[in-house]
Amino acid sequence: MRDRKIEQISVISGKGGTGKTSYVAAFACIQPDVVLADCDVDAANLHLLVASGQKNDETIPFTSGYKAMVDPDVCTGCGKCVEVCRFHAVRFEGGAGADSRAKAQIEDLACEGCGCCADECPAAAISLRENTAGELFVSPTRFGTLIHARLTPGQGTSGKLVARVREKAVDIAGEKGAELILIDGSPGIGCPVIASLSGADGALIVTEPTVAGLHDLIRVADLCDHFKIPTYAVINKCDINLELADRIQEQCRDRRVEVLGSVPFDPVFVNALTAGVTVMEYDDSEVARNIKGIWSALLSSMRKNNHAFTKAAAR
Amino acid sequence: MALCSPSNTVLLDCDVEAPNAHLFLKPEYTERERVTVLKPVFDPDLCTGCGRCREVCRFNAIVLLTGKPMLFQELCHSCGGCARNCPVGAIEEVRFEVGTYEAAESRSFFFAHGLLDIGESRSSPLIIRVKEEAHDRELVLIDAPPGTSCPMVESVRDTDYAVLVTEPTPFGLHDLKLAVETVRKLGIPFGVVINRAGLGEESVKVFCLGEKIPVLGEIPFDRRVAVLYSRGDVVSEFLPEYREIFSSILERVLCEIEK
Repeated sequence: MRDRKIEQISVISGKGGTGKTSYVAAFACIQPDVVLADCDVDAANLHLLVASGQKNDETIPFTSGYKAMVDPDVCTGCGKCVEVCRFHAVRFEGGAGADSRAKAQIEDLACEGCGCCADECPAAAISLRENTAGELFVSPTRFGTLIHARLTPGQGTSGKLVARVREKAVDIAGEKGAELILIDGSPGIGCPVIASLSGADGALIVTEPTVAGLHDLIRVADLCDHFKIPTYAVINKCDINLELADRIQEQCRDRRVEVLGSVPFDPVFVNALTAGVTVMEYDDSEVARNIKGIWSALLSSMRKNNHAFTKAAAR
Repeated sequence: MALCSPSNTVLLDCDVEAPNAHLFLKPEYTERERVTVLKPVFDPDLCTGCGRCREVCRFNAIVLLTGKPMLFQELCHSCGGCARNCPVGAIEEVRFEVGTYEAAESRSFFFAHGLLDIGESRSSPLIIRVKEEAHDRELVLIDAPPGTSCPMVESVRDTDYAVLVTEPTPFGLHDLKLAVETVRKLGIPFGVVINRAGLGEESVKVFCLGEKIPVLGEIPFDRRVAVLYSRGDVVSEFLPEYREIFSSILERVLCEIEK
């Protein structure tokens, strides 16, 4: 059963606040047998639209890397640790030095767990402890199973947690016989986004016609190109600035990013969100019909582009 | 807010993955440099293949292939542990470029930001470079990246006050709670600005009231603002009533810091 290929679509935006999560929730409502992976682990929101009030089936602790710990009774205050730490994570109240009574203190949020201080400490006063960096959750939703996570605030390993969320989603999809994983990515172009994109069969960029939206669209489209992922786009709030919407179309054309549709600004997004449902469930709006068209355009375009995949899946 | 400030202001855009402030300020850059981090390079002639570098690397960034070390660039945190521990000195740390720093200085204003290279995953070194410009300045405004993980923490660390901008929706409230938890952990005093006020619901205000968090100001939901923003125009320059809103938020922040 595992050799059956599971298709993965990652929805990203570059700029935050373009409507990405509302689209993912809407697609989940349209497409049967989908597994959802909320990879915006810094600020996971998808559950608010698809699983409000639901209890988690499973909670899995996420540990990653290490943090340094100083034994103040052993620390001589020599300051070697400050010297070797590249992350400015060691501090001394009142300054280090052999004759100082000050003890090294580790600033947890700055410590990256490289262990250099522990390795170099002449008094062996520093040890490393495993770092608890967050939790993963498996939740039932109105549409399919959702894997989401919560990164402990201030943690630096969000890319790794994203990878864990996706692994779990693949496992669950295998168990349930689901053929599609829908990934709600994170904003930006850095480590969590790279982890949300790598190995995906397609990427959908939800953008908006603002100077910031356009600027970040170009950066995230280049990132998709860097990873050779077939990329599509939707222009949300397209009527806020028609001239910029045209420029987005041009930029997408230049980058061979297919624009699947444009959706005008509509309060239905906020209304649905406030009601804790997807725009598809809220009412029979123009927006809902539009999004339905975008989803089927995405699937048929992907099928066309990934011809080899379709043949393999049919076998 | 920077443009409503009465004194000389420094604005540092630390959202190096998706920097946007320059689109509104349209600065003429007076300074530009490539930012680098140190990464190990192995000298195959000196290396004995002992594997000490792999042992000390807590990020599992080094593997031995046919007896020689190889680096997984994206896992390396540039801690320098491998180079320091190599018994034969076969590891040299070499500068690798990760992004661009740009700054614009005029008589009354200083602006700087960073642009992370495409495909580069770690933004902290670039954020640290941009924040170096905060030293010995009177008033520094930092535009921080979204989220609550390392780029946000790196941007907010060692500041005197955090302004958390949210919106009155369930998403806004959910993410605000996470941001509040993070700045509390960092021990930084903070207040909230409610953007797009009037949309959605009251739950953000109720939360702030319950947690005794000062609401520094509200920016009403206004289609004119959305249109100005989309064009890259600064709202307070076109709609005078907004100048007052931003000035009063800034005044309120300065008062809160005095406390």
